[in-house]
Amino acid sequence: MPVQPRRAYESDAATATVRLSGVGFGYAATHRALRDVSLTLPAGSFHFLTGASGAGKSTLLKLLTLAEHPTVGTLHLFGEDATTATRRALPAFRRRMGVVFQDFRLLDHLSAFDNVALPLRLTGRKQADYAGDVEEMLDWVGLGDRMDDAPPSFSGGEKQRLAIARAVVTRPDLILADEPTGSVDAAMAERLLKLFQTLNRLGTTVLIASHDEALAERSGATVLRLEGGRLIGGAT
Amino acid sequence: MIRRLLNARPSLLPRDAGGEAWLAGLIAVLCFLACLSAVGAVSADRAAHGWARELRSEATVQVRPRVGETGAEAAARAAQTLAGVEGVSEAEAMDRETAEALLRPWIGDAVLPDLPIPQLVTVRLDLTAPASAVTLGRALAEAGLDATVDDHSLWRGEVERSAGLITLLAAAAFLLTASAAGAAVAYATRAGMAAQSGVINTLSLNGASDGAIAGLYQARYGLLAAGAGAIGALVAMLLIAALRFLGGAEGVTPALPLAWSDLLILSPCPLLAGTVALVAARFTALARLKRGH
Repeated sequence: MPVQPRRAYESDAATATVRLSGVGFGYAATHRALRDVSLTLPAGSFHFLTGASGAGKSTLLKLLTLAEHPTVGTLHLFGEDATTATRRALPAFRRRMGVVFQDFRLLDHLSAFDNVALPLRLTGRKQADYAGDVEEMLDWVGLGDRMDDAPPSFSGGEKQRLAIARAVVTRPDLILADEPTGSVDAAMAERLLKLFQTLNRLGTTVLIASHDEALAERSGATVLRLEGGRLIGGAT
Repeated sequence: MIRRLLNARPSLLPRDAGGEAWLAGLIAVLCFLACLSAVGAVSADRAAHGWARELRSEATVQVRPRVGETGAEAAARAAQTLAGVEGVSEAEAMDRETAEALLRPWIGDAVLPDLPIPQLVTVRLDLTAPASAVTLGRALAEAGLDATVDDHSLWRGEVERSAGLITLLAAAAFLLTASAAGAAVAYATRAGMAAQSGVINTLSLNGASDGAIAGLYQARYGLLAAGAGAIGALVAMLLIAALRFLGGAEGVTPALPLAWSDLLILSPCPLLAGTVALVAARFTALARLKRGH
């Protein structure tokens, strides 16, 4: 992966990559998935988000990907208010982030190459310009020999690596990953963690939601913990 | 690998072979019908204009003889007078045999010999600057002839109104067909988006704008409709060419004279079908995306 100059680590809340203030969210009036969550992810920081199933990890990631809007509170991304971002404004935010979904969300009718190339293609770049980057990324996640195969023929671990390759191929400012090591063995989990750490060293802000507390501890990253929709530790 | 080397990129939308084949078939049939409507309108308009031109090129004068003058003498004098009027190419008194031949199909032979037949003069008018009924009437009056001029304007008006009505009906049929095609594409777009909601979510979360997603649907259905429109137009062209070949310049019926140039009218059909589908797909997709598809 070509090395780019590392960006300065920003701790100023105004220029933080992510800033949530008193955010709450409920799928129904009686059920609050998130309550009064306030946190700041400075540019270039690396955080793990842990918590039991139903604690609100995935919901928090949905808010950060702007798939949902906070019911209360404010959300700033890349220094801009995204609390009530309109659909027109979404692409500009989303093109600066790479997301690894728990259910991968790969396009089964496309090859591995075309799945990884998707975010590059959506920016309007020509295939000749990005083909090298995509092939390099697929090699890096160990799928270089399966570029032309479609996701249905992949194992769960392979799909996960493919989803990670797609999320990071644009070298985004922010990486959000929901259980990115959930379907891979320990060796691959370590390798993927190193990939995230490498990207972080290059200046990318990383937030990984995971059950794997041990991996979170080993990563040396700041660990945020959600319980019953409340952030109980590690918030900046 | 070969595709990548050729720089060909697959569509970001999965194929729905069954639904698309159904839609293509429907659009091809609609385009075929629209083509027939268009050619029918042009043909009817051509027939009506032909008839109107013939009516405009002639006038009929009924002459009433004066005391001491026979009907044939009065008609001959009227023909002579009218032949000298500017805007008249030819004026000819109709003899009794010709007049009887015109009436025979309606009233038969039995009563014709006893029937008083009016004295008529057939006037052929100069098409570039035809003399008006008023001019003809004035010339006849100045010559001391008691006559009535019929310039066929009543019939001509009826024919032109009928042609206008047929053209309007054909235009309405064309608009209805285009609306039906647009509605079919809108329905297919909605069904496609419902079936592909996961794909649309993935595209959106990877940075695709609503316009880009709508663009995928407009390209897919626009191309599909253009292809289907080409097939419908081609079948209509073959049918019209066969009718023209069998019927000659007069067409199969004088009411619908066909010309080889009519085939050219059908050439924009694929473009029109593609445009209608493109617009319908884009607006449907954008509306659904706005509502959260």
